[in-house]
Amino acid sequence: MNPSSLHPNRRSFLKSTGLLTAGSLLVGFEIPLMGQPRLPATASGLMADAFIRIDVNNTITLMMNHAEFGNGVYTSLAMMVAEELDFDWQTLKWEAAPTEAQYFSPIFGEYLTAGSVSTAGALKPMREAGAKTRQLLLTAASRLWDADIRSLSTSAGQVHHADGRSIFDGDLSDMSRDHDLKPPKSVQLKDPSEFTVLGRPQRRLEGPEKVTGEAQFGIDVRRPGMVYGAVLRPPVYGSLVKTFDAEAALKIPGVIKVKAIDAGVVVLAKDYWTATKGVKVLKVDWDDNGLGDLSTAGFTEEYRALSRQPGLLAENIGDAEKTIQAAESSLESVYEMPYLAHATMEPMNCTAQVSPDRCEIWVGTQYQSNDRTIVARLLGLPEEQVIIHRTLMGGTFGRRASKTADFVTDAVQAAQGESVPVQIIWSREEDMRGGHYRPLFVHRVRGSLDDAGYPEAWHQTVVGQSIMQKTKHDPAYLVRGIDIYSVDGCLQEPFGVFPYGTSYQIPNHRVESHNPPKIGVRPHEWRAVGHTHTGIAYECFLDELAHKGGKDPLALRLQLTRDHPRMHHVLTTLETVSGWASPLAEGRGRGLAARIYSVSPIAQAVEVTVNANGEFSVDRVICVVDCGFAVNPLGIESQIQGGVMLGLNAVAYGAIDLVAGQVQQSNFHDYRPLRFQQMPKVEVHIIESDAPSTGVGEQATTPIAPAVANALFNATGQRVRQFPLDRHGFVLKA
Amino acid sequence: MLKLMINGEPESIDASPDTPLLWVLRDHLHLTGTKYGCGINLCGACTVHVDGAPVRSCGLPVASVVDQSIETIEHLARDGKYTAVQQAWLDADVAQCGYCQSGQIMAATALLRQVSSPSNQQIDAAMNGHICRCGTYQKIREAIHHASKLIEQGGQA
Repeated sequence: MNPSSLHPNRRSFLKSTGLLTAGSLLVGFEIPLMGQPRLPATASGLMADAFIRIDVNNTITLMMNHAEFGNGVYTSLAMMVAEELDFDWQTLKWEAAPTEAQYFSPIFGEYLTAGSVSTAGALKPMREAGAKTRQLLLTAASRLWDADIRSLSTSAGQVHHADGRSIFDGDLSDMSRDHDLKPPKSVQLKDPSEFTVLGRPQRRLEGPEKVTGEAQFGIDVRRPGMVYGAVLRPPVYGSLVKTFDAEAALKIPGVIKVKAIDAGVVVLAKDYWTATKGVKVLKVDWDDNGLGDLSTAGFTEEYRALSRQPGLLAENIGDAEKTIQAAESSLESVYEMPYLAHATMEPMNCTAQVSPDRCEIWVGTQYQSNDRTIVARLLGLPEEQVIIHRTLMGGTFGRRASKTADFVTDAVQAAQGESVPVQIIWSREEDMRGGHYRPLFVHRVRGSLDDAGYPEAWHQTVVGQSIMQKTKHDPAYLVRGIDIYSVDGCLQEPFGVFPYGTSYQIPNHRVESHNPPKIGVRPHEWRAVGHTHTGIAYECFLDELAHKGGKDPLALRLQLTRDHPRMHHVLTTLETVSGWASPLAEGRGRGLAARIYSVSPIAQAVEVTVNANGEFSVDRVICVVDCGFAVNPLGIESQIQGGVMLGLNAVAYGAIDLVAGQVQQSNFHDYRPLRFQQMPKVEVHIIESDAPSTGVGEQATTPIAPAVANALFNATGQRVRQFPLDRHGFVLKA
Repeated sequence: MLKLMINGEPESIDASPDTPLLWVLRDHLHLTGTKYGCGINLCGACTVHVDGAPVRSCGLPVASVVDQSIETIEHLARDGKYTAVQQAWLDADVAQCGYCQSGQIMAATALLRQVSSPSNQQIDAAMNGHICRCGTYQKIREAIHHASKLIEQGGQA
């Protein structure tokens, strides 16, 4: 059903109910519609700006140059444009912008949505796009009415004359085009005090299609004549096909073809189920490429040993070594974090159609400029002949920014030589064993206290595979051979392109890094990247030092952040809103952690209840975040709840194990997701600020893990240093 | 040819009888609102109603439902209106990536058609089999309670 049939004329309805006020839509429960009428986008529409197309039916379409995977970026971009354009933002239409340089991220210089920087990067250009388009429309109206532009105003998608005349924006598009009017080169933006859209809680732009089943994810793409492909991938990631026997598969009615591609052996069929049946009866002889001996147990042993050796020096403030040696008492702990899978709800998939001179791709991707480059190279085509249609994504957590375009190239290779489009879907098992993981890390941390019981020296040695080494990102992300992602979150000072430190001041601070060989599965970004392991080691060990020095863990952090006003304020706020000082009953515990990721300070306190068997529940999570000016507080709340859930899930259960080179986990029974009734109540407090907007997409993922481990210690006196928790004595209550 | 009754319409399907209903809906009828998540009845993304009951379609051979009435997410909003559950989902701004939400909504709809004002325990029991990786659980609970109020005011689940 087309949602436009729900309300063919939404605007008149809103007017008649008086819900449109001064450019802002008051959304209440009595409004029976939030549908996005899917009016056909006309090629004749006026491109007022690279981002904004105006059609005569008063449809305004935004070219979205960031990927929407639940992050809420389409909503934020629409709000930014609509604020300055004076257009009812929820009626804006959207299209995924094509892979053209004008749409690349100003921060990355690539078409990439990552790093929790979309809002920071887009706020100014998108507001300007809206403001310039508004000026263009005012100019057009002044021509049309032969009126002084100063007598004109705008609201809710119309231009008004002081004499009472009004005209819809869309009705000015012909005028603008016929007279070849151009938007101004520079424009005055609104003062924040005039905002009616930005800074207010707004519901998701593409929410309506997500409740009707109409939202188009990559896996939902249907093209004329399309066939479906399933792939038999090797048990040992990185293996190559030596030979295969397709005889049994080809006997299954509906199986069309069987062929080898780089990723394995693909079966093409009339539907996906038939393709998977073909895969089940394939016989393949693999060359495991010498990777059949790898194991996570082996990696862990090796990394523990390495953590005792001097590594590459990432930071050296004061003299941590001497201070620890001279201290009357010191502490040393080893923290171990496993590989983690992203396990997006929508497994990897891609649809491709390949002809001799052109390739068309439909895919949910965070990184389409890279996908295009890799496919163009693979096919020997000019980049502009590789057309990517980006869809919505059923989650990513980093997985859909593939440096190798792995989930794109297998569809492209499967479609090579075929006259029809091919859709490749990864089964859940393939997706789980798909070889891209948050890398396994071992951290050895040593520390000592001053006479007053505060940390005086800190020495952390970080061991784990580099994500960026041997990739095209090497020059920007490796500093003196150190992957800045490996140590992000345990340095006091800014490092490489990351302009922030921990916010803590410890007078002697030394961090070393080892990048063990990149073999076997691929280390990959996972929501919050380095902080997912550095955060645990740092915040738990800080808790250990607090305990040793007889300090309250929050008071200790307040002391260490005296020179960081934003984090200090976040912590004092947390102290108040969490009721930190209030007593807890027997069997309950409280813990916290405070992190800066991608500039935004965030702190979380949690309350847990633990029984004698180590079974625990997380009763309450209180989160305080300072992300500068909060563009959409409702979207931020969702990102925080989501980050907390993913981080709690990982610390409670998350682990990918390799035995004899093979990933042991396969589906949601052995890589357990957090379930509905395990979700703690998350209270979100956003610090009011007019500082530049910074990220919230990844920030909430990391404090939760150490905060829970610290709360378990607070409740039981038992310190967990190896994760996930369920393998080390603490099981989250089902 | 298999004869099915889907969303009130008879359909003839040329699929192998062992094909799970999920893939018949998605690949043969292009009703892609019902999602593939795990393939082994663990995540609930593929939930549809069979004779009014919420059922995982990924493990259900199509031959076993030929005489039954099947309803999918595409059939909820009708006559120009969202259902109370869909409306509540929008009001509470539940969806993030949105991929699991068809299944979540079908489960919540089945619950609210049975029990118009469910307790938190009843909500837990109905929703615990439905995985979301974005972390929308808290808002789903809010939305179900809100839908309950909308039904009380005359809305249809």
